[in-house]
Amino acid sequence: MNFVALRMLTGDRSKYFGLIFAIAFCTFLLENQTSIFAGILKRTGSQILDVTDAEVWVMDPKTEYWDQTKALKDTDLTRVRGVPGVAWAVRLFKGSPVARTMNGKFAVSLLIGIDDATLSGAPRKMVLGSWDRLREPDSLVIDRAGYVLLFPGEPLQLGRTLEMNDHRVTLVGISDASAPFLNVPIMHTRYSEAVNFLGRERTQLSFIIARPLPGTSPEKLAASIAEATALRARTTQQFVWDCVLYYLKNTGIPVNFGITILVGLVVGTVVAGQTFYLFTVENLKQFGTLKAMGVTNPRLVGMILLQAASVAALGFALGTGMAATFFEIFSHKLATRGIVLMWQSATLTAACILFVAVVASLLSIRRALVLEPAEVFR
Amino acid sequence: MIPAADALAVSCRGVQKHFGEGETRVQALRGVEFGARFGELSFLVGPSGCGKTTLISVIAGLLDRTGGDLSVLGVDVDGLTPSERVLFRRKNVGFLFQQYNLLPAFTAAENVAVPLLIAGILRKEALEQARSLLSRLGLSERTEALPSQLSGGQQQRVALARALVHEPRLVICDEPTAALDHASGEAVMDLLAGNAVHPDRAVIVVTHDTRVFHYAQSIAQMDDGRIAKVTRGNLTEAHA
Repeated sequence: MNFVALRMLTGDRSKYFGLIFAIAFCTFLLENQTSIFAGILKRTGSQILDVTDAEVWVMDPKTEYWDQTKALKDTDLTRVRGVPGVAWAVRLFKGSPVARTMNGKFAVSLLIGIDDATLSGAPRKMVLGSWDRLREPDSLVIDRAGYVLLFPGEPLQLGRTLEMNDHRVTLVGISDASAPFLNVPIMHTRYSEAVNFLGRERTQLSFIIARPLPGTSPEKLAASIAEATALRARTTQQFVWDCVLYYLKNTGIPVNFGITILVGLVVGTVVAGQTFYLFTVENLKQFGTLKAMGVTNPRLVGMILLQAASVAALGFALGTGMAATFFEIFSHKLATRGIVLMWQSATLTAACILFVAVVASLLSIRRALVLEPAEVFR
Repeated sequence: MIPAADALAVSCRGVQKHFGEGETRVQALRGVEFGARFGELSFLVGPSGCGKTTLISVIAGLLDRTGGDLSVLGVDVDGLTPSERVLFRRKNVGFLFQQYNLLPAFTAAENVAVPLLIAGILRKEALEQARSLLSRLGLSERTEALPSQLSGGQQQRVALARALVHEPRLVICDEPTAALDHASGEAVMDLLAGNAVHPDRAVIVVTHDTRVFHYAQSIAQMDDGRIAKVTRGNLTEAHA
């Protein structure tokens, strides 16, 4: 009877494709919006995730997210280094200077000053040049998107100069740093250079990044540092989530995306559910004929579930393919780099589509079950 | 085993059926006395709303009666559970509908094969049997055509093949010629009389079409939920 169920489903091509495209559209919308939403929120902590050699971040006790920093005292670094379980701890500077090219184009940038001695705190992905060249005076590594922003249409080339706070700095590398929340150039230099490029203040130390000794977990070390120094210490993942939650709580992003996702879910559910329900209703005469000929109710339920599962699976596969194609195209654009189809989005969407299929099936099954087979004579 | 001559395939004794309750109650069958013999074409005729369709629905086990006794193929239908009744119908009853009720997405052969598929026969074997029967009914060239590609007469022949393919012992036909012109109706009735009538099978035909009364061995005239008259013998003149 599976053959009968599937042939009934595919027999009316327009309805069949209508059903599949309704579910595919719903899938695309949900996967697209949830992935973009998650991708944008992930960007709030992308510079934290780029630092792969440290596992614990130490900051002012009132710091809530990456962009909100209050400088620590230089002595705090010594205190953190003195906490048992710390393998090493180094300084990290974060500031937002204006960088200007020689032809006058300028942009507010995200300047990260990494440890002078070890260069710990830099992303390891380089497009051109090497991190070691940061040891040269007045040197700077810029990310590829920032380079394109400041030197639009020009080939990637080292040795170019920028002006920052009356300092002339030379590009010695182009990195592939992850996209930040705001599309600003990401620049890395040594800590001692960074404080000069931005202008000296009494205290400059934005973060201390540390790594635990073997056998000490980052969580345990973060707790030890917080207890010993009264500073805020978070693991990399905790700090990323702090940023994500801050933006969720304090910006309109979740509301805007939430509405879109909700509309996608409701529209997709209604369209796909109603289309499938109407498909069953329009086939009631056929189901009635089959019932009259001796198809049992459980068999009928199985047929409807098979039809629902088939269109749901095909629609989901098609929609996921469309979403994957979309992200494949846009992940190569600088503005949308790093925003990908997340497996969590696909899983959530699959659950929603399953829900749609189940609800539509239940409604359809109810109609088919209460159908009197004697209706076939009317 | 072939039943004895004059054995009743269907026996209704005082069968009653009503729909609704209270002010909306409609008494559709008011103590029907009806019998259909093996090896015969038994016609059930009468004006619209007299209860013909309700009666064949009750006989086929598609509706529960509310009173009286009913024996179908020697089985007391009351003694069957709902699922047994479905299986009984699947095995023993074939249907021919006024509007053919063919599945539009299925070819003629696939439509005919449906009762066999329902019975669990493998698709290949079911299709072979279906094509063979369609050939016997003169549709060997149209086995792969969709219902929409067939004329009304051809569709009814496909429906007839579907009603017979699983060799049921009771065939119930609801206005089989109503949607056909005279020639097509005659052709379908010829095929019905030639292929459905069998010593081990009873055929009940509900019809308004007086032009086909000559095919009947008995005609039961229904009126207002009862059998008003039963005629056997030369029926063309009796109901002309």
